[in-house]
Amino acid sequence: MAVFARPRQALVIAGALGLALGATACGTGSNTSSGNNNAGSAECAPYEKYQGHDGRKVTIYSSIRDIEDDRLNESWKQFEDCTGIDISHEGSGEFEAQLPVRVDGGNAPDLAFIPQPGLIQRFAERDQIKAASADTKAMAEENYPAEWLTYSTVNGTFYGAPLGSNVKSFVWYSPKMFQEKGWTVPNTWEEMIKLSDTIADSGTKPWCAGIESGEATGWPATDWIEDLMLRTQTPEVYDQWTKHEIPFNDPRVAEALDRAGTILKNDKYVNGGFGGVRSIATTSFQEAGVPITAGKCALHRQASFYANQWPQGTRVAEDGDVFAFYFPAIDPARGKPVLGGGEFVTAFSDRPEVQAVQTYLASGEHANSRAKIGDWVSANNKLDLANVANPIDKLSVELLQDDSSVFRFDGSDLMPAAVGNGTFWKGMVEWINGRDTATVLQGIESSWPN
Amino acid sequence: MNFDFADQAPKLMMLLWGLVAFAVVVGGLLVLLDAVPAFFARRREAQLVAAAGGGVPLPRRTKPREGLFALFFLLPTVLLLMIGLVVPAIRTTLLSFMDGGSQNWVGLDNYRWMFAEDAIVRVLINTLVWVTLVPLVATAMGLLYAVLVDKARMEALAKSLIFMPMAISFVGAAIIWRFVYAYRGEDQEQIGLLNQIVVSLGGEPRQWLLDSPLNTLLLIVIMVWIQAGFAMVVLSAAIKSIPADIVEAARLDGVTPWQMFRQITVPSIRPAMIVVVVTISIATLKVFDIVRTTTNGNYDTSVIANEMYNQAFRYGQNGQGSALAVFLFVLVLPIVIFQIRNLRQQRREG
Repeated sequence: MAVFARPRQALVIAGALGLALGATACGTGSNTSSGNNNAGSAECAPYEKYQGHDGRKVTIYSSIRDIEDDRLNESWKQFEDCTGIDISHEGSGEFEAQLPVRVDGGNAPDLAFIPQPGLIQRFAERDQIKAASADTKAMAEENYPAEWLTYSTVNGTFYGAPLGSNVKSFVWYSPKMFQEKGWTVPNTWEEMIKLSDTIADSGTKPWCAGIESGEATGWPATDWIEDLMLRTQTPEVYDQWTKHEIPFNDPRVAEALDRAGTILKNDKYVNGGFGGVRSIATTSFQEAGVPITAGKCALHRQASFYANQWPQGTRVAEDGDVFAFYFPAIDPARGKPVLGGGEFVTAFSDRPEVQAVQTYLASGEHANSRAKIGDWVSANNKLDLANVANPIDKLSVELLQDDSSVFRFDGSDLMPAAVGNGTFWKGMVEWINGRDTATVLQGIESSWPN
Repeated sequence: MNFDFADQAPKLMMLLWGLVAFAVVVGGLLVLLDAVPAFFARRREAQLVAAAGGGVPLPRRTKPREGLFALFFLLPTVLLLMIGLVVPAIRTTLLSFMDGGSQNWVGLDNYRWMFAEDAIVRVLINTLVWVTLVPLVATAMGLLYAVLVDKARMEALAKSLIFMPMAISFVGAAIIWRFVYAYRGEDQEQIGLLNQIVVSLGGEPRQWLLDSPLNTLLLIVIMVWIQAGFAMVVLSAAIKSIPADIVEAARLDGVTPWQMFRQITVPSIRPAMIVVVVTISIATLKVFDIVRTTTNGNYDTSVIANEMYNQAFRYGQNGQGSALAVFLFVLVLPIVIFQIRNLRQQRREG
């Protein structure tokens, strides 16, 4: 069967299609001239050292999306205008799974914001990432606490500075509710348990919790365990644990888990508005704290970024509808343990313009530029507290900059992905679902890759 | 959220290029498919005319040229199959003998791990449960439905009702059923159909997906719900093609409906049933979307495909992921061979 009745007709159609393709292909080349006409002006003075790469493009891949993505793009706009470097940022909800696929497939971005030191280590061991330039390293050493730099250092090579951060050691509550009932914010672990008993006796479940989070289900529970490892043990033991220098089923880990269980597995304490202990497993972490606004529970341990999860119109402030207090230490004499996380700017390419962007992102200029736009925390010590508007962010920055606080990075992000994003998460889900501590810890221990 | 066309211009442009490129490639191929045979035909015609007019001997139609022609059409397919299927399969097999970073050879370690780790053995058992139950139940239900609805009033409507789930993607179906199984606390309004039924009968709401092995069975229900329609359509068509004289002869012999079913219907549609069971078995072995969407493999519900994805892409354990993939391939292989042999036999008989 002839598709086209006449050969000439076919030729015409093929020709037209070819022309159309040619025309659209030409369209791509014309919009790349983003001249740096501002270079040399006073505004651009801080960016002088990054200049000389006019018209170059740097691609960035991260898990930052939607409004956060817009804010990020806004934060480096001045830099782009002054240097002529075009930064193209792509955020993906599947970032953690897609990044290794892209890297293995030879399609790596120039830079990635990796929130997991464990993943940085994996790339480093396979020689897939580039060491940070001397400039980037100097900038990072100047602006960030030394312990933050160890997270992106593998075998003595420094791979990139931190960017945004978050603080996880917070308990959310309702100042209004506390005032009405005459409760006070607890300063020690004991006071917090006493308060929980008081609330439980009044007929309300004191705690709300939820660990469902799609394919990441279980992570909020790992934060509980990590926070309690820091509170029941010393930071040194915590480090040994995340590096697998002590086994995962060490009695000290079991102690931390059981301590978390005194709240999470206590039917008297959980789970406000959702059901029994097991309802924690199926309650999404986004919804978990919301019953506080309806008076169905009083306490919810969750990171600073939970500020974005409250229903629209909820006022986050010390005298507002919701606020957070520091998740108290068990033995205050040992200082203030703070659990947190953050992402690291890691390079897959060492072109000079990529290094310029990498250095810039470690600078105080970028930290302040991003903080001014709102809802952002960083451990960057050039960050001016006056630029941080949100009260929870302010509290977080204060904790990060507080000398008495003992900061440790999220343990599951430090561990190899098979444990940190895998069996640890799954183990916590099983633990909430009723499996005993010893079996769960043994299962995680046996899955640690050699 | 409003859709701003101006804002999305780059993406729309990209879409346009995609469409144009598609049109060029497909159009080009069609033109080629049209022009090449036409060119040969015209030449042949010219030769015929020349032979008839001037007594030039007609060149013999040569076989090799046709072989060349066949090769021309086969080559893209073979090439794409090599790139997309054969090479990756070989590579995966090699990777399954290497460590997580694909750097060192570890021999059979990954396979040993598969059968030693409790969690993975659980995964293998779950897959076995899936692949035994889904094809049997789905085919049985499809057959039952096809027989019951055959020649009934409103047959088309009844059939389309059960066929409809086939049109929904696995992920879509899984999301629908996740709502069916959804749980809310006792004092809250239930949003899950199943729990609402339980509550209105005076029971307590349950967290259906948390208890093993009930949760795996509830997930299997989703797959059966999707596949029963497919089984029904194929089997119904087979039932309709049973020669009327056979049915009539049986009737004259005075069979009961059960005898009719056992001795006429089932033997007549046996080939169609095998096709259905085999197709559903293969689909079931590869089940991934349903488990991932509903429980993400938690609460002891994981299956091989899901675990393979986790190991290879999320945990960076390429070796273990590849070993699972190879194992899955080995499981599918006998079913495929059986199916091919079956088809060959039928062709020989027919």
